[in-house]
Amino acid sequence: MEKELRLMKGNEAFGEAAIRAGTDGYFGYPITPQSEVMEYLMAEKPHERTGMVVLQAESEVASINMLYGGAGCGKKVMTSSSSPGISLMQEGISYMAGAELPCVILNVVRGGPGLGTIQPSQSDYFQSTKGGGHGDYRLITLAPSSVQEMYDFVGLGFEMAFKYRTPVLVLSDGAIGQMMEKVEIDAQVPRLTEEEIRNNYPWATTGRYKGRERNIITSLDLDPARQERHNEALQRKYREIEKNEIRFEKIGCDDADYLFVAYGTSARICQKSMQLAREKGIKVGILRPITLFPFPYAEVEKMAEKVKGILSVEMSAGQMVEDILLAVKGKTKVEHYGRMGGIIPAPGEVVDALEQKLIKG
Amino acid sequence: MTEEIIIAGFGGQGVLSMGKILAYSGIMQNQEVSWMPSYGPEMRGGTANVTVIISDERISSPILTEYDTAIILNQQSMDKFESMVKPGGLLLYDPNGITRHPERKDIQIYKIEASKMAAQMGLRKIFNMIVLGGYMKVKPIVELENVIKGLKKSLPERYHHMIPDNEKAITTGLEIVEEVNAV
Repeated sequence: MEKELRLMKGNEAFGEAAIRAGTDGYFGYPITPQSEVMEYLMAEKPHERTGMVVLQAESEVASINMLYGGAGCGKKVMTSSSSPGISLMQEGISYMAGAELPCVILNVVRGGPGLGTIQPSQSDYFQSTKGGGHGDYRLITLAPSSVQEMYDFVGLGFEMAFKYRTPVLVLSDGAIGQMMEKVEIDAQVPRLTEEEIRNNYPWATTGRYKGRERNIITSLDLDPARQERHNEALQRKYREIEKNEIRFEKIGCDDADYLFVAYGTSARICQKSMQLAREKGIKVGILRPITLFPFPYAEVEKMAEKVKGILSVEMSAGQMVEDILLAVKGKTKVEHYGRMGGIIPAPGEVVDALEQKLIKG
Repeated sequence: MTEEIIIAGFGGQGVLSMGKILAYSGIMQNQEVSWMPSYGPEMRGGTANVTVIISDERISSPILTEYDTAIILNQQSMDKFESMVKPGGLLLYDPNGITRHPERKDIQIYKIEASKMAAQMGLRKIFNMIVLGGYMKVKPIVELENVIKGLKKSLPERYHHMIPDNEKAITTGLEIVEEVNAV
């Protein structure tokens, strides 16, 4: 069958992918610049297509707790929001990490702190990868840099979420949410039946049957020894994720003297900057982390041994650059270039920064 | 081939939908496309602009500061984008409401009396399609046949009866676009 191609906004692609992935429920609350996710889902009436529930909750706090309930029953559940709304969800995300519940959460990042602005930003990197809520937990963080990836990372996100029983965050931004590109649409994945859920997810609270042991979904255990064992198990799981799930893309790295490290929209800007720099005779490549947790430390270190300097390009004051520094271990010079408050750096500006901070500097 | 276009004017002039139809036409020709609007407070009543890129290759940055083509439909956009056309590039504008005409000597400048023509035809809504026709004449990168396919894809079914009017507007645009100066 020929693949179906559509021109879609990133937010719309995420909504369509949610239906196609066989999601059972979406629970959200509107906020710019991601409101098109729920608008699209409501207009599509997925209940008539697959039986999927789409509900506007009374707040972001309510939506994340609806995810907790749905995921506890072994259902494929998801939400989306933008920065201030994701901040409101942090308690629920920490509970879900603690109770080992799978779900997919989309953050279409806008400038902060506080209500900030509605324009694109990447200033939620720390919150996403270092634990925005309390406790020793990590979120698998996928960073799409195209509308196609906004679509693809729904299916991939659920796959990882259920494989590791952990929440997965898709960290996008206002530019990717609002722009339209060509998207290849997959065939419909059917939603799981109650019986399939019972068979696939024996941990889920699906009702006691045939004398099965009682399943308890909780993040609370007041016995410190047991709580420590639980934490150790979580940490083993995060190490397993670090071993198996690192994803990145390298562009023009073979002959590179310098390296841009950038994700999401910044990685797109850097592709243009790379062309401009190469026209000037500066050989620069791009390493684009696709998973921000687990971060591709080893790959960055390998590149650090080859290049004269690394420029981290982010729409923030410099957050991912800390992970780059950890990876590089002093083997090459590392600088950061970023814009804040919803400003997107221009491709030429990034080339100037490369020249000033790394080549002349 | 990569064509980087900015379309800029007032909200309500059909700037975004014109960009969308162009982008869909690119898909119909098996090309890569991106459509990046300005969004936010400036959408409401003020200026609206969209960057459209059509390319045979993977598209790098969807956000640019230099364009092969600028399609300009009001004075604010002229002030902002005239200087951002690459040397040798193209500026196409509707002189309606323009008080300061483009002055650059190193780019091709074309004008199209689209709003006047749309009023004469009694079809104000298809103003943007007249402009699109003008663009297609000057830079024939999208085929008319693919634009019509793109229109069908981007217009909801309930507006499909308007496709003949849109087609008429495009052909009108093809005829009335005028060169102002040459490089």
